[in-house]
Amino acid sequence: MKLAITLSVLCIVLFAGSLVTGRAPISIPQSLGALFSDTGTPISVVMREIRLPRALLAVMIGASLGLSGAAMQGYLRNPLAEPGLIGVSASAALGAVLAIQTGLASAFTLALPLSALSAALLSVTLVLLLAGPRGSSLTLILAGIALSALASALTSLVLNLSPNPFAAAEIVFWMLGALSDRSFEHVWIALPFMALGWVLLGTLGRSLDALTLGEDAAEAMGIRLSHVRLKLVIGTAACVGAATAVAGAIGFVGLVVPHILRHFVGARPSALLWASALGGAAMVLAADIAVRVLLPERDLKLGVLMALVGAPLFLHLIYKTRGEIR
Amino acid sequence: MQLSRHLFATARALCLAVACVAAAKTVAAQTPLRVVSVNLCTDQLALMLAAPGQLVSVSRLAHDPDSSSMVDAAIGLPTNGSGAEEIYLLNPDLVLAGTFTDPATVNMLRGLGIRVELFAPAGALSDVPFRVAQMGEALGRQNEAAALISTFEAELATLRSNAGTTRPRAVLTYVNSYSSGDATLAGDILRAAGFDNAAAELGLSSVGTVSLEQLILLNPDVIVQGRDYPGAARAEDNLHHPALRALKDARFTSDMTDRDWICGTPHVLKAVHDMRALRLDLEAAQ
Repeated sequence: MKLAITLSVLCIVLFAGSLVTGRAPISIPQSLGALFSDTGTPISVVMREIRLPRALLAVMIGASLGLSGAAMQGYLRNPLAEPGLIGVSASAALGAVLAIQTGLASAFTLALPLSALSAALLSVTLVLLLAGPRGSSLTLILAGIALSALASALTSLVLNLSPNPFAAAEIVFWMLGALSDRSFEHVWIALPFMALGWVLLGTLGRSLDALTLGEDAAEAMGIRLSHVRLKLVIGTAACVGAATAVAGAIGFVGLVVPHILRHFVGARPSALLWASALGGAAMVLAADIAVRVLLPERDLKLGVLMALVGAPLFLHLIYKTRGEIR
Repeated sequence: MQLSRHLFATARALCLAVACVAAAKTVAAQTPLRVVSVNLCTDQLALMLAAPGQLVSVSRLAHDPDSSSMVDAAIGLPTNGSGAEEIYLLNPDLVLAGTFTDPATVNMLRGLGIRVELFAPAGALSDVPFRVAQMGEALGRQNEAAALISTFEAELATLRSNAGTTRPRAVLTYVNSYSSGDATLAGDILRAAGFDNAAAELGLSSVGTVSLEQLILLNPDVIVQGRDYPGAARAEDNLHHPALRALKDARFTSDMTDRDWICGTPHVLKAVHDMRALRLDLEAAQ
């Protein structure tokens, strides 16, 4: 309970912090005033059309990635399972790029998240098939490396073939993720899919708790494993697909956040689900504030900060589980 | 004292004469016969000045109507992809390149004994006559260059006259929120056409970024957007962001094409002319 309150307060503070961070010098009371009452001034437009959707997307994306990481780790009982590392984000990015470059996304708005979701679905299924029900670290990571490499290469290929001279430079965005210049259109595109993912993954708690006792024990407790797996696959694909479609592949959130919070929830997968959702939101909000404060003129990518925090932790996790990796 | 000064003057005169003869000889010896241009801007300068048959190849962009102002003139010439191998096989005696052309290519060509003339990008309208003169020297077409320069300067002076009483505020926005300040060619075009560059209010003088939120708070009279390229790129999202609809009074000009703005050639006069017409139109609307 204490953890829930702490994380919620952290999210609210960071959300407010995100709203008052930007290149235009607007004072805090002025900006919050313009947010709550439409003063008809340009400041209102900046607050309502530029900063608010950006902060909302940071919350939605962070929660989605944190939740998917916690759910995958709970299901596979492996702390290395994370959408970014096992190639789901990279595949979703490929799906999104295909939808944009074929013109499908401009012909039909939902084509963008649907295409990202389909690609994510395919990759989650593939990884789970390769890793097997126990989710051995070695197969999981190797399958992830192969899938990520393939998806990233295809993304680069598609962008290099684009007639648009700036598309090739976009490879960085799709691989590292950013929230700059997003609008409410992106919020509305992503929200329904993310909501579906939150419901599917959020209701997995009891099954994941039971799974800590092993598959046989879980089945004896009345958990239908095929059902759990289906919910996990669709939920993760919906969350990661929608997040990646609007903000590119933001890695390591689903790895770092559950790892930090696991200790606080007594390693209970069900509690880790909601805690990781809140923690993920806080982490992406904080990173998005940091990219705007550190290098305001350079459009620093979120993935850069995430990797700076996440990669050392990843190495640490590999070091700790190296006995298991064979 | 008097004698030494006299001696000195004679010596200097002699040196100058020798230098002149030497220079004249070099020019005669070096008037290039097979010229290859590998840069969009040198393509256009060379097309304006070269003798018939002197220019044998232009860069690939010269055939792209969105990038080049002189496609009609360039279309009869074969294009090159600006790679050293390809250029060498064209057997040129002079290669025209930009100072931003890949140094590896330039050094390799020079190593192969080919003369490479580098042209710096123009940072202001006043750079244009210098680029034209440099091209005239390089091609051995000084007279043509002098004529082109005097036409350019006369036309620019005409466009600059009766600048009008009001100076509307304009902002240049390109993909990824890039913008140009006063100390750039595009900024100079704006100024010559009678606009104030509102990006200067943010302290931007050369090339930098003006974020979407800064742009909206600047609330300029005119937003000059870069053209929309075919295909999609996230870099262009800032040009279509819904928040821009809030700038109801601003005039958006995305139909002004970039091609007249990129290169320091006399074609920039077209950009000045178009922007000036827009300003007169704004004045008439008031």
